[in-house]
Order: sequence, then structure tokens, then C-alpha cells
Amino acid sequence: MSTEEIRAALAEIVNEVAGIPADSVQLDKSFSDDLDVDSLSMVEVVVEAEEKFGVTIPDDEVKNLKTVGDAVAYIERNIAA
Amino acid sequence: MSRTRVVVTGLGTTSPLGGDVASTWEGLLAGRSGVRPLGDMADGLPVTIGATAAVDPAEVLDRVVARRLDRSSQFALIAALEAWADSGLASAQESGALDGDRFGVAFASGIGGVHTLLSNHSTLLEKGPRRVSPIAVPMLMANAPAATISLKLGARGPVNTPVSACASGNEAVSLAADQIRLGRVDVAIAGGTEAAIHPLPIAAFANMMALSKNDGDPTKVSRPFDTGRDGFVLGEGAGALVLESLEHAQARGARIYAEVLGTGITADAHDIAQPDPAGRGGARAIRAAVQDAGVAPGDIAHVNAHATSTPQGDVAESLMLHAVLGAAADDLVVSATKSMTGHLLGGAGALEAVATVLAIHHRTAPPTINLDEKDPQVELDVATKPRDLPLGDIAAINNSFGFGGANVAVVFGSPT
Repeated sequence: MSTEEIRAALAEIVNEVAGIPADSVQLDKSFSDDLDVDSLSMVEVVVEAEEKFGVTIPDDEVKNLKTVGDAVAYIERNIAA
Repeated sequence: MSRTRVVVTGLGTTSPLGGDVASTWEGLLAGRSGVRPLGDMADGLPVTIGATAAVDPAEVLDRVVARRLDRSSQFALIAALEAWADSGLASAQESGALDGDRFGVAFASGIGGVHTLLSNHSTLLEKGPRRVSPIAVPMLMANAPAATISLKLGARGPVNTPVSACASGNEAVSLAADQIRLGRVDVAIAGGTEAAIHPLPIAAFANMMALSKNDGDPTKVSRPFDTGRDGFVLGEGAGALVLESLEHAQARGARIYAEVLGTGITADAHDIAQPDPAGRGGARAIRAAVQDAGVAPGDIAHVNAHATSTPQGDVAESLMLHAVLGAAADDLVVSATKSMTGHLLGGAGALEAVATVLAIHHRTAPPTINLDEKDPQVELDVATKPRDLPLGDIAAINNSFGFGGANVAVVFGSPT
């Protein structure tokens, strides 16, 4: 999957979980500050993303995923591993 | 010092008869049944009918709001928002005239977020613990409906969840009235909700022989007081009432539907599931409510009976009313609205409180359907068509009884 494909798929999850319009889920956006995704919603996004992309995102890693770009980069690194 | 008087200034519901108060009341007066086949969901179950909500709550609420709420909280929020809008308090809140610290919630559920609990259990078994929703607990906890309303409307006073099985909704009305009488709050949203039409509760209630096994026309199965009754029909939905101190309501020129005159709460200490066949605990609750209300038996024009359509309970309720009210029990008009709505469990007492208040407001007792041959042991004037209630000062009782031996009676009066 390309970076853009991952971003778009993640944006769909964020839209489903938190109701944020998918096209505002861009790489430079902070989940908590820009998109208003609270901590429990973030866990929901992570769990959905794990299933969608076939990756594992440990709880300790979640706090490092501050922006959409952080999450997309993490998924890209781990998607084939 | 005179006691703080409590009045009803807003009503809301989403029920098997309609998605709001107007459609529900219209359905009650028309004698419409909300009982229907459950379809595929009930495949293989001993009971395949229920009084499902007329309007799917997930279609009413915003999608993201709905997905974070158990179905029981969805019903509760819809009913509470309707009652809130109906009360006109939203503008008082916007102008700062309503202090959120003096605004409480008492909202009940008999069973809690059973859909959320069981769907997450299925997920756990099928997909493993990682897939269990991180918001499962705040969705399924018993106080989720009350907390949801508090959050949405900014109620920062006492936010309570009384749980007394099928008496819960009526107990919430009593508790909310008490909070106002005690001076803790000026305004409280009271109500009850239930969303337990799911294979597991159906199987459990059926196995304890509480549900009707009648497999004929679904609309004919819930038949309180009729000789052919053989158990209740599960219903779902919520009822909500805005209660307010009379002083607070008058100061803002609110429309007053009725007054909460008195309440009574007792327990049978007889059996975990069976009612006391003599109805002694229920009679004590009714007596306590009538005394608390300070009304004479002859002032009571109407009773919304608990009357679930079980063989024992319906007869016991007749005994209770005669024990407390004496000859006056012959002169009041009784309605068993569960004949149309089914049994909403923890929501029942609240929906029936809404119906009782509307009966006073419109001076009309709703009918009881399917009463083809009244049980001779039931010595009550049960309305089978809408019946006029007297003009002037009248009172009406809403009865609710629950597993665990819980008995709650609330006396409402016409506004004075």
C-alpha cells in the first residue's frame, strides 16, 4: 500500500469512530489537538487499524502516534513485517 | 415549613408505539399493539415476539453519538431530549437562569447495557481480547443512561441510577422528586430505559416461565387482567419526565402537566421472583404513597396498573387496590397499558408515569386491549376504550412492581 492509500484507509477509520470528515484527516494533523480524537476513541482507531492493516500497535507505541503522519509511518514500517 | 412541591413540566418517550410522546399517546388511545414478530433474531427461541421500539434509536441520533451508546442509553437520551425540549428549560439554561449544579438526573435501567455486554462477549470469543471495545464499560454500566443525559444536558447535581428490576423507572420518578423535596436540586430528569430484546434475556425470562408462550396473533398476546393471560411480552424503549419545584416552574411561567403528590417504596421480603400472592408489600407501597400525597381514596380517579399479564401478579394488584382504597377502588378507572406496549422492565414505570401524567392532562384514561373476558378475581373497572376522567382536582396512581420484591407507587395530581 502506498502512503496515500494507508492515509485514506486510516481516515475512513477515524471517520467511522469519531465522525471526523475523512478529507480532514491529513498527515500533519494531530489526533488530539486538531481532530479532537479523545484517548478512548484513539484506542478504538488503533484496534480497527490493527485489523485493517494486519499490524500490531502495542499500547506503549500508541502514545508516540501524535499525528496522522506518525500513525501512517508506523503502519508503513510494520505492514509487511 | 411547608413542603417543597414537585411538578411535571416536560415529557418524553420512545416506545413500541412511537418515537415520541405524541405518537405514543395517539397509539395508546387508539388501542394499538406494539407487539410484533422478532424475525431472524428469534430463530430457535421459545418466544419469537416482542414489543420492539417503533423507531430505531440509531436512526434518530447522530451516527457517532449512537455508536458510543448502548441501545438502552440511546433510548434514554432520545426520551430525555424530548422531555427537555418540551419543558422549555433549554432557554433557561442558555440565559443562565438554570444552575447546572441544581439540576439532577435519576434515570433507571433494570438490566443495563446487555446488548453491549453480549456483543463484546461474542467478539471476545470469536476474535480475542484485543478486539473488545475500549468503551464497552462506559457503554454497558448500569448508570450509563443517567450519565449520558447528565453529560448532554450539563446536569451537575445528583445523577442517580435506581435499580429495582421492573419497578426501576417508577423508583427513578420517586427518587428525583425526593431530591427536589430535599432541596438538593430545583430540576431533575427522571425516567427509565430498557433494551433487553436479545436472545439471552428472552431465553432466561422464558425459562423462568415469566413470558407468554402464546404463539397466536402477536398483537393479542399481552392481555392483562384477561382470563387468557399467560405471561408478559418483552418490550423496549424509554420514558422521561422533567420534574421541577413548583416555585421554579412558576417563576419561569412553565406549563405544568401534573404534580407529584406522593410516593411509596416497599419490599415484599417474600420471594426473589414471585410476588406476594396477597399483594401485601404492594399494598403498603400504595398506602404510603396515598398518605404521602395527602389525598383521600375518593380523590383517586385513575390507576395505571403494573399489570404485566401474568396470572398471579394481576390478581394481586386488584387485591392491593381494594386493601388500600376500600370501596373507592370500585370507582376509579384502571388502565393496563402493557397490553399495548409490552413490558419495558426498567423502562416500564417511566413510560407508564408518562402515560399517567398524560391521562391527567388530557382527562382521558387509555384503554386496555385484549380484555375479552376479565378474570373474575380482578374486581376493578378496567377501561377497554378511552375513558373520560372527571374535571376538577383528581389524582392518579402509577404502580410498578419488580423482581426482588420491589414495590413502587407514585401519586400524581392535576395541577392546582
